[in-house]
Amino acid sequence: MTPQRRLERRPKARSLFDREIILRAIADSFVKLNPRWQARNPVMFTVEVGALAVLVFWLRDLFFAGGHNAGFDFAISAWLWFTVLFANFAEAVAEGRGKAQADHLRRTKTETYARRMSDGGEERVSAALLRKGDLVRVEAGELIPGDSDVTQGAAMVDESAITGESAPVIREAGGDRSAVTGGTRVLSDSIVVRISSNPGDTFLDRMIALVEGARRQKTRNEIALSILLSGLTIIFVFAVATLSPFSIYAGTMQSVTILIALFVCLIPTTIGGLLSAIGIAGMDRVLQRNVLAMSGRAVEAAGDVDTLLLDKTGTITLGNRQATEIIAAPGVSQGEAMRVAFLSSLPDETPEGRSIVTLARTTNGADGELPAGAAFVPFSAYTRMSGLDLPGGTAIRKGAPDAVRAWVRERGGDGAASVLEGDVERIARAGGTPLLLAQDSRVLGVIYLKDILKPKQRERFDRLRAMGIRTVMITGDNALTASAIAREAGVDDFLAQARPETKMQVIEREQAAGRLIAMTGDGTNDAPALAQADVGVAMNSGTQAAKEAANMVDLDSDPTKLIEIVEIGKQLLMTRGALTTFSIANDVAKYFAILPAMFAIAYPAMDTLNIMRLTTPQSAILSAVIFNALIIVALIPLALRGVAYRPRGANAVLRDNVLIYGAGGIIVPFIGIKFIDVLLAALHLT
Amino acid sequence: MTPQGWLQAAVFLAIVVALTKPLGLYMARVFAGERTFLSPLLAPVERLLFRVCRVDPVREMSAASYLFATLAFSVLGLLYLYVLLRTQKWLPLNPQDFDNLTPDNAWNVAVSFATNTNWQFYSGESTMSYLSQMAGLTWHNFVSGAVGIAIAIAVIRGVTRTDRKTVGNFWVDVTRALLYVLLPISFIGALVLCWQGMPQNFNPYRDVTTLEGAKQTITGGPMASQEVIKELGTNGGGFVNANSASPNENPTPFSNLFEMLLIFVIGAALTYTYGRFARDQRQGWALFVAMALLFGAGYTVAYAAEAAGNPIVHHLGVAGGNMEGKECRFGVPASSLFAAVTTDTSCGAVNSAHDSYTPLGGLVPLANMQLGEIAFGGVGTGLYGMILFVVLTVFIAGLMVGRTPEYLGKKIEAREVQLAILGALVLPIFALVPVAISVLIPAGTATLGNGGVHGFSELLYGFTSTTENNGSAFGGLGGNLYFNVVMGIVMLAGRFLFLIPALALAGSLAGKKSVAETVGTFTTYSPIFVVLLLGVIAIVGALTFFPADALGPIVEHLQMLQGKVQ
Repeated sequence: MTPQRRLERRPKARSLFDREIILRAIADSFVKLNPRWQARNPVMFTVEVGALAVLVFWLRDLFFAGGHNAGFDFAISAWLWFTVLFANFAEAVAEGRGKAQADHLRRTKTETYARRMSDGGEERVSAALLRKGDLVRVEAGELIPGDSDVTQGAAMVDESAITGESAPVIREAGGDRSAVTGGTRVLSDSIVVRISSNPGDTFLDRMIALVEGARRQKTRNEIALSILLSGLTIIFVFAVATLSPFSIYAGTMQSVTILIALFVCLIPTTIGGLLSAIGIAGMDRVLQRNVLAMSGRAVEAAGDVDTLLLDKTGTITLGNRQATEIIAAPGVSQGEAMRVAFLSSLPDETPEGRSIVTLARTTNGADGELPAGAAFVPFSAYTRMSGLDLPGGTAIRKGAPDAVRAWVRERGGDGAASVLEGDVERIARAGGTPLLLAQDSRVLGVIYLKDILKPKQRERFDRLRAMGIRTVMITGDNALTASAIAREAGVDDFLAQARPETKMQVIEREQAAGRLIAMTGDGTNDAPALAQADVGVAMNSGTQAAKEAANMVDLDSDPTKLIEIVEIGKQLLMTRGALTTFSIANDVAKYFAILPAMFAIAYPAMDTLNIMRLTTPQSAILSAVIFNALIIVALIPLALRGVAYRPRGANAVLRDNVLIYGAGGIIVPFIGIKFIDVLLAALHLT
Repeated sequence: MTPQGWLQAAVFLAIVVALTKPLGLYMARVFAGERTFLSPLLAPVERLLFRVCRVDPVREMSAASYLFATLAFSVLGLLYLYVLLRTQKWLPLNPQDFDNLTPDNAWNVAVSFATNTNWQFYSGESTMSYLSQMAGLTWHNFVSGAVGIAIAIAVIRGVTRTDRKTVGNFWVDVTRALLYVLLPISFIGALVLCWQGMPQNFNPYRDVTTLEGAKQTITGGPMASQEVIKELGTNGGGFVNANSASPNENPTPFSNLFEMLLIFVIGAALTYTYGRFARDQRQGWALFVAMALLFGAGYTVAYAAEAAGNPIVHHLGVAGGNMEGKECRFGVPASSLFAAVTTDTSCGAVNSAHDSYTPLGGLVPLANMQLGEIAFGGVGTGLYGMILFVVLTVFIAGLMVGRTPEYLGKKIEAREVQLAILGALVLPIFALVPVAISVLIPAGTATLGNGGVHGFSELLYGFTSTTENNGSAFGGLGGNLYFNVVMGIVMLAGRFLFLIPALALAGSLAGKKSVAETVGTFTTYSPIFVVLLLGVIAIVGALTFFPADALGPIVEHLQMLQGKVQ
């Protein structure tokens, strides 16, 4: 895998209150008053029903009861409507931001034409008409019309439209670099691609559906939380409805307006109103990082992950290992070892191969051409060797020491197979990769490939450990090399000499032990493991099979992105929990505002409970209702950004959040309600 | 308040703490089917019972079968008691020649005892034959307690097991709860109470002339044997109307302490049993601490309020605490302590008249019940009630740390939240709605002992007590056809509508796989978790009932401070 360096970041993170988004959201807030829409959210639906009921009572008072109490009823009704509108607004803003993000990606899709290949030749059709399986030719300078796999040829592709990466990448038929994304541009050559998804079903389309309300499915966690909130709402229905007969017994009648006001203040409207905004904003944060999530569930699952499987190459180390030294075997001249190493690496296009060529050229002046008729044997994960078969029957291999030794033995070189063991071990211990070089039955030397660690990864792994997430490095290296790199990089565990199917075994073993696994992958080999992992992130540079199996696709093809995704998932759940706690804790103050006001006449002694010393019974109730509405607006930024998140152990996080949102949730409304009451009194509004 | 008053509570709690581990460990062994020191004696009896009843002790039931067995057993027991009460006139052991109970009263009593409530719209000494007391009421005191323990054990198994389809065998659990737990303790306990002077005979009542020359009827009967299970099974139904305030049912300060210990001991010990099943005692102690804190808070408020007394009475020149409705033998601390203990559990035995407490003192027993009787709680019911709250707390706490919440390694998901919330709905609905109906219809207020605010408190207390299967009363509320029928329904709902989600939760959790624990998992035994658990209990309990309480005890208290009577 060749990770691409990021040269520039796409402009992102628009201001929280982008003017265009706000205006559209305000309009949407009213559209969403439609009861059929509100029914999706039981808490806010009951508020809307309440608001409607108070409105009806206000009209009745106005026309049939001589306007008695009409002003108060109107004020309560208006603020109850505002409560619903504010909640709608929160959702609409979150949707608007998500849509803006998605539009940015979608813009590339519009009005593309494609040359569809048919029996006789080619026909020009709109990209929107392409179906899965269609073959399309794309020439240099043209846009690729849809997500697809290269089936013929190779080309330089500019993917900056979706990744923000200006350096073009090579995409070619076969292998792990065959997938191309709709909307990217072919810069050179001509390729034939096979369309891999129907219109409306591309990754992008699915992602857009996650941030657009109408098609958004509630995630499992959201459903569980909705049940809790609905349950609390039902409890308060009974607590408040029975208060009416109780009041009659106490010799006072409570107006429906006041009962509804109390009810709306008690039910968890704050979290109820912000719940879907939080979810959409979480998806949006993922999208902002250039990751397409296939479902909201995937993002939530990321928060639960406790083990990360990380490929060493590209994630922990830079992909390019550099050859720094070639040690000749006893009885072999340095020059011969260098020459053979050079020769065998000439057709090897991997960074390692190229670095061997460079090393041989600079230190030994090696030069020359590949002999005619020489056949290159590419590296494979099974043989763990590459090499050359020369026309005369001579074969050269370089690769993992145990694989090369076995190869030498097969060719009768039993005695020679065990040379250089000390050097191999020394290199491995130092965290380098020893490549054994052999020609037929002779071991010629060992090539020292040095791994270069990515900067700042150690701090990231420390962060993960603080969150309780274990990192497991997966590498094809031998155990010694792997442990040296693992130690240096600071990962918790490693799996050496891994083959493609090993990942799958590791995942199954860890899952059986009750762990939740996240991994990144890009090859077709990785597809089963990506599907099996609880969170599988495919690199956009990877194959279509990998992308289909994964539940997220990283457009930047940056394997370290996984860490950010985990943090977003955690933050999403934390925001829900914090606002739920805050919302419920608010009830204490509201009781102290409303109950004394309700029974001020029947039981004057109850005024002792008016600890906020609110001006009049009416101002007390109105202040509580206004606070209840405004707190939704006040918390929109928090819902959209997510609560502050620092990687720490769960107990520390729990303690802080209980203090901030639990204790804070009790105190804040006392101050807020008092403030509103003072303001109302100062403005003579009561 | 006096140091002696605090010391009484401290000594009492210290003994409870000391008993928790040995009894909890013993019950863990009993319900895991292991050998105990009583096995040589009881195992043959147990085997014989299983053979006769054709119970295969190793065959376990799913949560649904367990539930079905519980319901079938309880309904049959209810019908049996109803028939007994309707025919006691013609049955033996009825020396006072008491008549059969009326249909509505028999229904109320039968439900009351089958549900472990022991709400009593009758005076035992003038209504019940000895046979009804022993074969009817006492029998139910044993089996309803055993059913409670069995369900708690099933729930414990469900919560602590991984990847299983079953939660135990109901018949085995009930038999073991009776044979190994309730009967041995009752046997010893009854002897202790006899030693303290409690009657245990089949004699007719005795008419005596007192030292003052007054004529008095002294109640006799098999009292000690019913008394001990009345407390141990957290039933609370007195042999006589005065319950544990009567010198016969509670002769000495020691018997008073002993009775309170009987009330708490199984509920407290079950937390240890729970820790044992969870293979982590800290989980059990965390629940114990939460329960002990709830108990301590209740006692503190009640004792403070009762010791402070009534300023209106003080104004009349009577100094000191509130002694109205209390036995001089016990005084303010032992009465407040008993009131807290009996309502922290679903017991409902009383040694003083809760009706006569100061408003805040009376609010404590009411609030204890409104929180769900989970401070050690009724035998078994307390533990599974607490576990429902734990599930809700874990869900909220889990979200706050950014993980799909888990408890003992099990993911708490929509289904668990749904079941916990269903359980939490029972109390508000069945305690509040009947009060709302009662205040609106003549039959609902006709038999109140007091009007106004205090009458409201009596109604609220009555329906809270019956929903929570407590059985204690704010005196004054008299029985009539309406209350007999409605409270019967409320008691059934309170017991079984709560038990169904609890068992379903057990079944759901039993089938889950366990998730590995990491630093990313918050511990469910840390002080902060206990604080949050208490917060959730307070929010769900107190916030729901705050309006109703405000119109009862709270406003009464505020009026009292202003020197007003009503």
